[in-house]
Amino acid sequence: MAGDLVNTLADLKEQEVIKIAKDRLSAGEEPLKILDDARKAMGIVGKRFADGQYFIPDLVYSGEILKAVTEIVKPKLTKVAETKRLGKVVFGTVAGDIHDIGKDIVVFMLDVSGFEVFDLGVDVPAQKFVDKIKESGAPIVGLSGFLTLAFDSMKQTVEAIKDAGLRDKVKVMIGGGQITDEVRKYTGADAFGKDAMAGVSLAKKWIGAG
Amino acid sequence: MGKKWEEMSSDEKQEEMFAKWLSPKDPEGKDLKFQSPQAEKAYKERITRIKDAVQMKKLPDRVPVFACPSFFPAYYAGITPQEAMYDYEKCCMAFKKFVMDFEPDGNLGAYVPGPGKLFEILDYKLYSWPGHGVAPERSYQCNEGEYMKADEYDALIDDPSNFFSNTYLPRVFGALEGFKMLPTLTGILEMYGVAVNFIPFGLPPVQATYKALFEAGAEALKWIGAIGAWNGEITAAGFPIIAAGFTKAPFDVIGDTLRGTRGVMLDMYRQPDKLLEAMDRLTPLMIKMGVGTAMMVGHPIIFMPLHKGADGFLSDEQFKKFYWPTFRKVMMGLIAEGVVPMPAAEGHWTTRLEVVQDLPKGKTLWMMDQSDMVKAKKTLGKVACLFGNVPSDLLKLGTTQQVKDYVKNLIDTCSKGGGYIASNGAFFDEAKAENVKAMVDFAKQYGVYK
Repeated sequence: MAGDLVNTLADLKEQEVIKIAKDRLSAGEEPLKILDDARKAMGIVGKRFADGQYFIPDLVYSGEILKAVTEIVKPKLTKVAETKRLGKVVFGTVAGDIHDIGKDIVVFMLDVSGFEVFDLGVDVPAQKFVDKIKESGAPIVGLSGFLTLAFDSMKQTVEAIKDAGLRDKVKVMIGGGQITDEVRKYTGADAFGKDAMAGVSLAKKWIGAG
Repeated sequence: MGKKWEEMSSDEKQEEMFAKWLSPKDPEGKDLKFQSPQAEKAYKERITRIKDAVQMKKLPDRVPVFACPSFFPAYYAGITPQEAMYDYEKCCMAFKKFVMDFEPDGNLGAYVPGPGKLFEILDYKLYSWPGHGVAPERSYQCNEGEYMKADEYDALIDDPSNFFSNTYLPRVFGALEGFKMLPTLTGILEMYGVAVNFIPFGLPPVQATYKALFEAGAEALKWIGAIGAWNGEITAAGFPIIAAGFTKAPFDVIGDTLRGTRGVMLDMYRQPDKLLEAMDRLTPLMIKMGVGTAMMVGHPIIFMPLHKGADGFLSDEQFKKFYWPTFRKVMMGLIAEGVVPMPAAEGHWTTRLEVVQDLPKGKTLWMMDQSDMVKAKKTLGKVACLFGNVPSDLLKLGTTQQVKDYVKNLIDTCSKGGGYIASNGAFFDEAKAENVKAMVDFAKQYGVYK
């Protein structure tokens, strides 16, 4: 029985997942164990996405099912979950750009791959990135952008990080619809990722876990 | 005596549409007066070149060249996107300068910025635009949301027009709040019962909405006055505008601005039958929209921006089940009326090429952004004219030599047997002017068919 939640969630069977979660909870099971299984399932979802078996709709749907499970379990939670995290990442769409689909996918993949992600949202001013890097001590920064106008915002953000004396403390990755290695050179970032999986591999490599 | 429209085959209708495009009219319906015999000659040569590339029956004299910017003409002319949206004269000046300086065979007109004041009058919430949520020097961007709720499919399917007027429009335009109270017009049937349907029009919120509509209408007229004059002037100078108007793939209608990306993706799992039914319902409306515009303008090409069907956004299976069938139906509906659908395959469409090549030859014109062009030529390119693929990052950051090398490689890959138009691949904001120039000029010189 215990493995059911992991596999049904990984297979995106929403109704079954909800039933299992409720049943296990009413059978008196520790809520954290249920959440732990859900997290394992999300790991499988992430792997299937990386393998090209799952696509963006599958990620979106798995996130919705996870949300439903969390809502069922939450009222019964007595202690806070302690999950071991690989490392911290500060992430956001750069100033002047409000596109979020690509950013959300990379944040999702980093999260299910074990990273603690500080998602600053969209249209994020350079200073906000700098502040969050200082506050969190995150060694990795992800800059997302869809417009050609984002090239300059990315460049300015990397410069702001440099001006704050943080450039040698962080690795910066960039990504988005029109981002290439040419753009990476222009912005002064360390690397660019052509998709979410590339972002995860970069993060893992940079913290020495990949 | 020519055949009647309804007796013509789709080939004949397409010929007729191209013939109309070849002989443009002025606003009074008379033959448009060209600026000079040279301008007229250049115009006809350009249209013929595009027509030959699209129809794939004979080689054009050379590879045609398009330049398809977003806000680039504004930056290039030294005005901000905000100025381009609010000052129609400045907008027209900028887009004219763009066409005159770069001289592409096809341009997109001066429609991109649109009337900022009108959006303001209507309190348009679907977009943030310069001065309204984004900085004056930035382009407008879409605010995705669930403007149609998950449980509203039946309302959309039952009566799309009523759903739009009474539910969707009041959500995306703050000033159209009063539309929520409108009666269902199909209830106005006979004397008995007529009057009750007019009660809403006496109520302050509805009257306020109509006041906003009158203002918006006046602004729209002002805008089209400037844009219409621009179209006449640019055409008279010998430069064809590529598309008459636009329509959309039904999946994108729902996924872009009704349910949003997240909404439509969840619907594929939770209520696939409703989603499929709604797309079927929208299909004839999207055909009518495209055909109607093409007929009105007298111009065969109808733009179809494609979004949620790109690689990765759907699995192959989902693409074949949800995206492709109604997208294809819309294209076939346009083709049947002599219209040339111009889908813009934004992003990567490499994994879709084998599916979308199921189209009649010489009837469609595809803008390719970042798809694999070698594969594109071997698949979709066998039946459809392709254009695009010169990347935005290259236009902004590359050297003129790199641009020329890229265009040379593209022409070598794609121009064999016709069916290729050189162009940028994504609607661009910022670019080096010399790179845009290099793209156009080099393609004209290198793309001559010998």
